[in-house]
Amino acid sequence: MIAAVGLRKSFGATVVLEDVSLEVPAGQCLALLGPNGAGKTTLLRVLGTLARPSAGRLIIDGVDALRDPDAVRARIGMVAHGSYVYEDLTALENLRFWAVMAGLDARPDRLRERLQAVELDALVGERARTFSAGMKRRLALARVTLGQPRVLLLDEPFSGLDRQGQKWLGEFLLAFKARGGAIVLATHGFATALAVADRAVILAGGRIVLDRPAAGLGRDELHRLYDDLVETGETVPR
Amino acid sequence: MPAYARRVGIVLWKDLLVERRSKESLNALLFFGLLLLFLFQFSLGPDRARLESALPGLLWLGFVLAGLLGLGRSFLAERENDCSEGLLLTPGDKSAIYLGKLAANICVMGVVEIVILALFGLFFDVDLARGLPGLAVILPLGTVGLAAVGTLFAAVTAQVRARELLFPVLLLPIQVPVLLATVSATQVALAGQPLADAGPWLQLLAGADIVYLVIGLLTFEFVLEG
Amino acid sequence: MMPRSATTRVLGWLALLALLVGLGLAFGYAPRESIQGNVQRIMYVHVPAVLTAYLAFVLVLVGSIGYLASARAGWDRLAAGAAELGVLFTGITIASGSIWGKPTWGTWWTWDARLTSTAILFLVYVGYLLLRAMVDEPERRGRFAAVVGIVGAANIPIVHFSVKWWRALHQPSTILGPEPSPIAAPIAAALAANWAAFTLLFVYLLVRRIEIARLEEAAFLGGARAR
Repeated sequence: MIAAVGLRKSFGATVVLEDVSLEVPAGQCLALLGPNGAGKTTLLRVLGTLARPSAGRLIIDGVDALRDPDAVRARIGMVAHGSYVYEDLTALENLRFWAVMAGLDARPDRLRERLQAVELDALVGERARTFSAGMKRRLALARVTLGQPRVLLLDEPFSGLDRQGQKWLGEFLLAFKARGGAIVLATHGFATALAVADRAVILAGGRIVLDRPAAGLGRDELHRLYDDLVETGETVPR
Repeated sequence: MPAYARRVGIVLWKDLLVERRSKESLNALLFFGLLLLFLFQFSLGPDRARLESALPGLLWLGFVLAGLLGLGRSFLAERENDCSEGLLLTPGDKSAIYLGKLAANICVMGVVEIVILALFGLFFDVDLARGLPGLAVILPLGTVGLAAVGTLFAAVTAQVRARELLFPVLLLPIQVPVLLATVSATQVALAGQPLADAGPWLQLLAGADIVYLVIGLLTFEFVLEG
Repeated sequence: MMPRSATTRVLGWLALLALLVGLGLAFGYAPRESIQGNVQRIMYVHVPAVLTAYLAFVLVLVGSIGYLASARAGWDRLAAGAAELGVLFTGITIASGSIWGKPTWGTWWTWDARLTSTAILFLVYVGYLLLRAMVDEPERRGRFAAVVGIVGAANIPIVHFSVKWWRALHQPSTILGPEPSPIAAPIAAALAANWAAFTLLFVYLLVRRIEIARLEEAAFLGGARAR
């Protein structure tokens, strides 16, 4: 579903991503781990067509993302730090706006159905300004799943969520996988990552230093590898 | 309705709704208009004839200053929660966003202008009635000229350091011809002369409006990329 | 000293030569104007300067469109260099017009059509340069500057007409002149020579400026090859 080969991204003289290659088949989730500044957010932005790589290739759901970003955007859903929520609009109005902008069906009953799926139906008429971080995150997920994307890109989606919210999100992601979608999830939480992910990738200094199936990787082992690799900058063979 | 028009419409709808709910810009602009009234009165003195002869200029000065405040903020709402990023990710021609924003700005500016006009007529005790038919043509033409470039430059400066300073510095020199045209035409209209006397000015305005609109439509996507 | 190609060096010397010739013609060969006296000779700087400024701003337009179309840094360097020089030559135009005006009309500034249009142009492109100074990232800077550059250039004819009509309304024309018709041959020759000289000087400075920009970029990228 996602195939990235040799991605490189530099801002002026600073190289932020170097020779990043990864693959996420349909129905699988890849957890992207790494220290702050390692390039996780930049990588997600490149995958989400928000940033053009300086070099490399990217194919998403069979479409060349570099040549036809618009076609790719219709197939992906991105939930980044900003929730893309207009604070003065209600949940329903927010959804309506993004639905029409994406050229999707914006009928009220369909929108309410989406809000129901993220358990925000009780807050349909409430202005988004009153929402907690978790609620805005759920609204973002409602927005993102309007168009039935094949790929979800999430940048630290669990941050700021309470236990209940985290549990809900985990189930949501597993359901998304079960329907055949692919997920790339940047996160700091090892436990949550291992609960949802099929593959763990550690990014340090713009390079991939670990790329392993999650099965068989315990939390402690992952911790140990992380500490080793992030300090030394070594690359562990797959 | 074609998808493009729907997107323009929803951006317009969203902006007007946000404006109505937050009441941030409109109220402040109306109050600003009132303040300008006092400023002009105090700086020009009580000589009524002097005020009346300066009126076309004062009027458009008021509109431009209000425009600087109101237009400069056009894209600030999009910075909250990274909404401008979300807009970038939407498919299709991004110029629809520009048009929607422009339409919303014109609506707000229109309300502000009408109120300022009414206030001026009231406070400076000037008979605007005979100029109204002419003003009904001049105001829209001038406002489009102001808003078309203002909306574009607002998008540029929203992402730049020293935004509050740079926006007027960029916009005002471009607005000079529009200002010359609108003031001259307004003079004609308020003097009760037939609007045809201001024909060349109106044609210049219309031409300028078209040029600015076309440039805005063509270049907006390069600005949104940010 | 920075390495310079042979062509650039020749260009530089040519420009210098042309300037000497032009100024010589302006002060020696061209006739003394009867009414204004020798002050009128400043026209031989004023008019070529404004023409060169317009050339500069046309190049800003070309560079801006080129950069938006191709995203190649060379176009942006062209636009930026031309804008800087345009501001310079506009400044020279305004200064020379002002110097001309003082003894002739008694004031440092007249709202003469050309002077006013030029002043507006000056403000537009100073704004352009200010914008460039406020954006650090090269790609973004180029794009934003290009948009503003295009608006500024498209505005030039609009400014020209609006100011001209505005002047016709308010004052009888006091164009800095006179330009007697038919223009006498020596005057035309001196004007043409200076115009050619200014244009050569402009091209030389532009080439050098772009070169400097390219070297700056290469240094900034730490030795990476600039396009």
